[in-house]
Amino acid sequence: MTGAKTAVETAAAVRSGDRSARSVVEEALAAISSREEELHACNEVMADSARARAGAIDAAVAHGEDPGPLAGVPIALKDNLCVQGELTTCSSKILEGWRPPYTATVVERLLAAGAIPIAKTNLDEFAMGSSTENSAFGPTRNPHDMTRVPGGSSGGSAAAVSAGYVPLALGSDTGGSIRQPAAFCGVVGVKPTYGRVSRYGLIAFASSLDQIGPFATTVDDAALLLETIWGPDQMDSTSIPSQPDPIGAGSDVSGLRIGIIEELTDLEGIAPEVRASVERAASGLEGSGAHIERVSIPSCAYGLSAYYLIAPAEASSNLARYDGVRYGLRVDGADVAEMNAKTRAAGFGAEVKRRIMLGTYALSAGYYDAYYGQAQKVRTLIIGDFAQAYERFDVLLSPTAPTEAFKIGAKTADPLAMYMSDICTIPTNLAGHAAMSVPFGTGAEGLPIGVQVLAPALGESVMFTVARAVEGLR
Amino acid sequence: MTTYETVIGLEVHVELATRTKLFCGCANEFGAEPNTHVCPVCLGLPGSLPVLNRTVVEFALLLGVALNFDVPPSSIFHRKNYFYPDMPKDFQVSQFDEPICVDGWIDVAGERIRIERAHMEEDTGKTTHMGGGGRIHDADYSLVDYNRAGIPLLEIVSRPDMGSAEQARGYVSELRAILATIGISDVKMEEGSMRVDANVSLRANSTDVLGTKVEIKNMNSLRSLGRAIDSEIERQSAMLDSEEVIIQETRHWDEVAGITHGMRSKEGSSDYRYFPEPDLVPVAPTDEMRKVARESVPELPAPKRERLISDWGIGSSDARVLVDDRALCAYAEAAVAAGGSGKDVTNWCTGEILGYLNEHGSTPEALILRPEGLAELVALLADDTLSRSLAKDVLEECLATPVMPREVVERRGLAQMNDEGELAALVDEVLGRNEDAIAQWKAGDEKARKKKRGFLMGELMKTSGSKGNPKVLNQLLDERLHD
Amino acid sequence: MSPRISPEQVRHVANLARLSITDSEASQLAEELGVILEHAEDVAALDLSDIEPTAHPIHLTNVLRDDAPRPSLDRDEVLAAAPATEDRRFRVPRIMGETQ
Ligand SMILES: [Mg+2]
Ligand SMILES: [Zn+2]
Repeated sequence: MTGAKTAVETAAAVRSGDRSARSVVEEALAAISSREEELHACNEVMADSARARAGAIDAAVAHGEDPGPLAGVPIALKDNLCVQGELTTCSSKILEGWRPPYTATVVERLLAAGAIPIAKTNLDEFAMGSSTENSAFGPTRNPHDMTRVPGGSSGGSAAAVSAGYVPLALGSDTGGSIRQPAAFCGVVGVKPTYGRVSRYGLIAFASSLDQIGPFATTVDDAALLLETIWGPDQMDSTSIPSQPDPIGAGSDVSGLRIGIIEELTDLEGIAPEVRASVERAASGLEGSGAHIERVSIPSCAYGLSAYYLIAPAEASSNLARYDGVRYGLRVDGADVAEMNAKTRAAGFGAEVKRRIMLGTYALSAGYYDAYYGQAQKVRTLIIGDFAQAYERFDVLLSPTAPTEAFKIGAKTADPLAMYMSDICTIPTNLAGHAAMSVPFGTGAEGLPIGVQVLAPALGESVMFTVARAVEGLR
Repeated sequence: MTTYETVIGLEVHVELATRTKLFCGCANEFGAEPNTHVCPVCLGLPGSLPVLNRTVVEFALLLGVALNFDVPPSSIFHRKNYFYPDMPKDFQVSQFDEPICVDGWIDVAGERIRIERAHMEEDTGKTTHMGGGGRIHDADYSLVDYNRAGIPLLEIVSRPDMGSAEQARGYVSELRAILATIGISDVKMEEGSMRVDANVSLRANSTDVLGTKVEIKNMNSLRSLGRAIDSEIERQSAMLDSEEVIIQETRHWDEVAGITHGMRSKEGSSDYRYFPEPDLVPVAPTDEMRKVARESVPELPAPKRERLISDWGIGSSDARVLVDDRALCAYAEAAVAAGGSGKDVTNWCTGEILGYLNEHGSTPEALILRPEGLAELVALLADDTLSRSLAKDVLEECLATPVMPREVVERRGLAQMNDEGELAALVDEVLGRNEDAIAQWKAGDEKARKKKRGFLMGELMKTSGSKGNPKVLNQLLDERLHD
Repeated sequence: MSPRISPEQVRHVANLARLSITDSEASQLAEELGVILEHAEDVAALDLSDIEPTAHPIHLTNVLRDDAPRPSLDRDEVLAAAPATEDRRFRVPRIMGETQ
């Protein structure tokens, strides 16, 4: 790590004129050049537009204007966020070369706040995966250990922050795709309440689960980024219409009731060091005045199965549009159906095809009730169980991922084993709640571990308070 | 030969007359340059999301009132998944098992037709088939314009309550009048803003087992709807007579050949995998929204026809002609409000004025003669100032130049001679110079008498400069001849 | 391990999903999907007859926009992204299936 400044510090320095945005951007570009060849965190580095934007920000400061709370802060964007005129691929061959004619709402808000998008980061193709090995453009490596995965699907964003390219990045989290790579890369990662952050311009994986969220090196930086991007958006029907309250800067947990989720912590397959980290964080919080108890959320046991029916079902429909007609790849065929089928066979990778097939099957005549319908009912159970738990607890704790980062290639041949690495993060997405991962402790191999702080819907403020307290225990 | 009972159900797709599309702000406009009314949402670009047009919901609620529907507390959108190049997302956002309107009905020629449901959905783009005579299956390739993709539709699905092509036409015609009255669509079958698919099945009169249902598409007028159904009834009857098996399929109506064609379909193409659209939230019409809809529905065609028949004393076919043409009806009502008699106004409107409009391709709103003018003309006729033939003269002038009928009468001195003394003098004079004709009338048989009488009447009108009151002249002539 | 989906079913599903697959891919997918569906049996086997399904995690209704026009995209830019165009339209190979 380069010991780079936080976003809060950088923005303050640029706004006051102590530092130029140009120098910040040059430093970030230099950091990228120094490690990108080995890491492959980025699909595209937007050096020209970043330099131009930095120049504009410096000019604004020189004119006595305030470029905004993220003035001059370079930020990396997961390559499933649309930026007008910039390559946006979802790490898929089917979208190779596509430049959207419009910009995602979150990116518009970043630009309005003075942030400088500097790179589009690598991901598992269409955000389907837990290791960023499913990218059509090759895997990203974990900055802590080149032989290991950074997690996924937002592995490029997690690695970019972890490697010190940028203090901030955006990812998307459908079943843990922000929190799990944050844990593997030793950074903070946040999955906000469903509907808090506009999805307009986020290329859909599973619409009822997807949510955009921040990566940062500190909890404060993550809060600053989240406050920049969240809030109602008329372009997204599922955007919560109320203006969010500020997150606040508190870290006082005295009197808070915190539950440790038994089903996700005592699970077979959770590494002892991971469980120990959660226990250690809990006792630290207890030492700061919180009440700690274990809590059972029985339906969590079915979360993984329900998720791997619901998410593929929605994805099978969301990804139908990649048909070779309007944009992206086309492989010719004798008729339109053959053209569609050949295009999709050539353009999608194995995992994407697997999920499209699974989802199509789960929705098809005769199977809908047994699979998709049943999974939706499990979703009801999970929401009910969490609601009960949140009557007794302000926030909940669990591991973010069962293990520290695994070796590249270790799970690629076994989809189910790969899916298991999302087991602790998935229930939050099914419930539509908020959760975040805070780096806390290291595993047997000396790699970072994340502790997950879970909060009810719209519970970001108390979640960040506890996250800050955990951060303070390090 | 067996006789069969025909069972017909209709699915009517109606394009709504909103300013923008169903889920985006692109203009809803017919006939624009290809692919100019498209945006990330209606092109289904990656990352785009739909947001529902408020006016579409308001229109659906108006339809709910007009077609006697129940509007359940909540309705949701589903995705109907199938691949087709005119559909940008390769799924159609539509409503499935929780539509906005359920269990409606309308009465058509005294019979109640039940309507199962009406639901909101998006239209597809427009495909042009190139090569092979422009027909889909012979084409070399196709071109797609997405301007129409995402235009709001209401699909209105009847129960299989119709038994003949005639009844199906009556239903569509009544539906069209209602839709025009509540103002939610242009309802032009020729431009495709109202599209009708017919499900036709036949069953032997002795059984109550439903026959195999065949869907017919591509009828672009009421006339072709009737022809297509009749042709399909004929086809199915012949097949049943020769004990052939009717297969469930979609058939295209060929207007030129006057028959339906079966369409090749790809195997396994009809598993739509409906599931709730996760990018949209439920529509739950509030009491306020329902109240606004109830209060915004204008008088509907059926009660309007009843009213005109009883208040104006007109016949039911005239009432239908008037009510089916909203602008003409408004014109007639304004003329009646200005003092014209309903019956007379109707006669002029469904006669000479409608003829003039058709001939000139004009609309009632554009007529130089305003409704007050028509009321004046009708009054001039009623008080015997004008004869019917003079009135036609006057109308002709009033339709061509901005002038009121009374002005024309005065300027041209057209007022009818009604004075009996004056007319008697006129009769004396004309008969005086036509002694031969009178003699021939007296000597002639019935046929000859009729001819001579007609001649004398013509002479009387000619001498009066067409102004003599024909009724009085007829009477006076008879008196004199029979003296 | 009893595969829950046959290669024939896989080919049917691939047809619905418009994915061309080889015979060996069909067999492999049958096996992989079988494993995942086997795991999903824990959910499929639950008795949830009295539980309402949840399609969506938040409970908003009537999110409506005003019927007001917004700018459309530039046609040249839209068509430039397409694999094939002709006469201001998107060009596709012949269509064999039926319209809906
Ligand atoms: Mg339909
Ligand atoms: Zn649009």
